[in-house]
Amino acid sequence: MINPMMNAVALDADFMIKYLCEVPITDKIKVHMTTTHVAMWIVMIFIMVLAVVARVIINKADASDTPGAYQNVVEMAIDMLGNMVNASMGPQAKRFVNYISAIFIFIIISNVSGLLGLRPPTADYGVTLPLGLITFGMIHYCGIKKNKVKHFTALFEPFALLFPINLIGEFAVPLSLSLRLFGNIMSGTVLMGLIYGLLPVFVKIGIPAALHVYFDAFSGCIQAYVFSMLTMVYVNDKIAD
Amino acid sequence: MNQVTGQEFIYGMSAVGAGIAMIAGIGPGIGQGIAAGYAASAVGHNPGAKSDITSTMLLGQAVAETTGLYGFAVAIILMFVKPFK
Repeated sequence: MINPMMNAVALDADFMIKYLCEVPITDKIKVHMTTTHVAMWIVMIFIMVLAVVARVIINKADASDTPGAYQNVVEMAIDMLGNMVNASMGPQAKRFVNYISAIFIFIIISNVSGLLGLRPPTADYGVTLPLGLITFGMIHYCGIKKNKVKHFTALFEPFALLFPINLIGEFAVPLSLSLRLFGNIMSGTVLMGLIYGLLPVFVKIGIPAALHVYFDAFSGCIQAYVFSMLTMVYVNDKIAD
Repeated sequence: MNQVTGQEFIYGMSAVGAGIAMIAGIGPGIGQGIAAGYAASAVGHNPGAKSDITSTMLLGQAVAETTGLYGFAVAIILMFVKPFK
């Protein structure tokens, strides 16, 4: 028998992924909808609305007009992302700026969504692992396209005995990329859940605000930057001459 | 005194194991501190390169943090997924 006290503590702290309902696709396959799905759809719709509004404004804009506030912010963000990709990829930047910008914007808005009461979608390993695998696929697509067969013979490089270690090194890339993002956001979510769930009421005034600034805003921005930066470093490693 | 069942013993030991797994946090803490210290000294020597130094430092710290996060993942699995029944 399980001691009821043990459950009482665990139930108060509210940071796990919650199961909402089941959507049947066929007779055998059912998709379990969780809070991650809902949060992710909210984030995606938010990004889509921002993008559509930006598109409409840019279409209407005239070079002689003074740009509005929103247009200024969008231009600044695009400029910043372009500079970031340019600084680390150089002449290849044009091919990758779209992917890197998209992934950066998605991760940063997902991470910061913890401030608005959502459970950040990136605090679910089912979201970060695909992000890592996309990067993994892109690294090897670019490597094979650039180096052809030499991409595979490079695994035997200093000498053939190192092949297993090189292989593990290649497969560790998506794992470490996704675990880094997941671990950082999850640790913030767990700590905030413990603060809200376990501490007495008088400690919950003011202190969580400072912690939110660190765990959601600061750590989230740093992790989005690090994820896109590492993607660029790995891809650059393969396509460099 | 109540008898402790095997299940309860396993849950208790899982919690102890999660605590031990978080000792992995010591290494990244020291490593990130060293990286930040050298970055501060580099900015002191060459204030013009501050943005380059900061981005290099953040990238290095993020890579150094990975081992600590592996420990955190193990602790989370022990506490909430409960692999040992």
